[in-house]
Amino acid sequence: MSEPTTIPTTTAPNSFIMLRAMVGIGIICALLIVLTYEGTKPRIQMLRAEALEQAIFEVLPAITQSAAFIYKDGSFAPLGEDSKADKGPVVYAGYDANDQFVGVAIEGSGQGYAGTIKILYGYDPEAQQVTGFYVLESKETPGLGDKIESDEDFLASVAGLDVQLNAAQTGLEHTVVTTKDGEREHPWQVEGISGATITSRAIGDILASSMSHWAPIIYQRQNDFQR
Amino acid sequence: MSPDKRPIAPGSQEPTSTDAFIKGLWRDNPVFVQVLGMCPVLAVSNTAENALAMGLATCFVLFMSNTLVSSLRNFIPKQVRITAFIIIIATFVTITDYAIQAIRVELHKSLGAFISLIVANCLILGRAEAFASKNSIGKSMLDALGMGFGFVFALFCLGAVRELLGNGTLFGLMIFPDSFQEWIVMILPAGGFFTLAIWLLLFNGIKTKKATT
Repeated sequence: MSEPTTIPTTTAPNSFIMLRAMVGIGIICALLIVLTYEGTKPRIQMLRAEALEQAIFEVLPAITQSAAFIYKDGSFAPLGEDSKADKGPVVYAGYDANDQFVGVAIEGSGQGYAGTIKILYGYDPEAQQVTGFYVLESKETPGLGDKIESDEDFLASVAGLDVQLNAAQTGLEHTVVTTKDGEREHPWQVEGISGATITSRAIGDILASSMSHWAPIIYQRQNDFQR
Repeated sequence: MSPDKRPIAPGSQEPTSTDAFIKGLWRDNPVFVQVLGMCPVLAVSNTAENALAMGLATCFVLFMSNTLVSSLRNFIPKQVRITAFIIIIATFVTITDYAIQAIRVELHKSLGAFISLIVANCLILGRAEAFASKNSIGKSMLDALGMGFGFVFALFCLGAVRELLGNGTLFGLMIFPDSFQEWIVMILPAGGFFTLAIWLLLFNGIKTKKATT
């Protein structure tokens, strides 16, 4: 038998040193993250609330104050500061300077061209119209899909969009549809954007599905919002 | 990756020079010379503001992680060094993410997923491995600043050109008259490649000219 060749061995790593390094770094990093999280939390929450407030004022014209309402057991109740345990969809009611109820801002979401689009839109139950919308979250292509925030014809067709209820008050008289660019004929149609066909259609679909659900409920429970 | 040719002596009190700073900013520019970290360079340079914010965020992470890696370089055994570096980098990326949210929600919205992707930016891990883990704290900090600002500069070069041609604006301010027809392609992903190619051409042109004279 020949002599076994010695395998060159590297100095065996001392597992205690490795453990010490990893645990030490882990603790330092965890501390840093927790400190930053706690430090920035109040400001982030404040900014988020501010952004939402701004969006509500954007979609409901001529309002001076807003209040959050939660939909539970078939009626709307004001969402208090301490009622975080309540589960249910939240809508935001807007009032003008004379405490008159103007309309409701509702969140809706749907599939766009690139991921989910989240919007906030205003609904005026008296006129039975959509008053406007604001994009809360979107990953649409810059320069094309994001025209939904700037295309004038499109925006004009959404503000004032007709969402008349049917006679039985169970749904919409006419479903909201998105037409091709320049082919809008009826007040319940959304003017499409060429170059952002899928995205503009997605907004129309979001409005259609969300309104057919909410419009009958809000129309019938308007008194819940009165001050 | 640029090998550091100077003798490596951890902990030695070698005088730090501005050379390390200039190196990253110009001669070894991370984008135009080393072509590192292309993902954010191409993706988030569609406007000057996004490019600048992304550059500064990366610069901050690079600076902090280089500093920490360098100060812990004798404490981290080499078998687990990459894991340790990644944990340190990920920590500072998380911190940056919170910080940007606290500064402006809108900005966080437009940078989106690319903030978390700073973790995977090879520039940062590259500097930690090639420089900070072998050099003193002072030198590592200077190196990070040089590389970081080189990155900011490069991103800004791309972002400014793309926003100007693709949208007619700079930092949201209208530069060109209304009659200007925007080149939409410039703010689409393809525009990132075009702009990068033109800048690379320009930089290499300057370099060869310098080398021949």
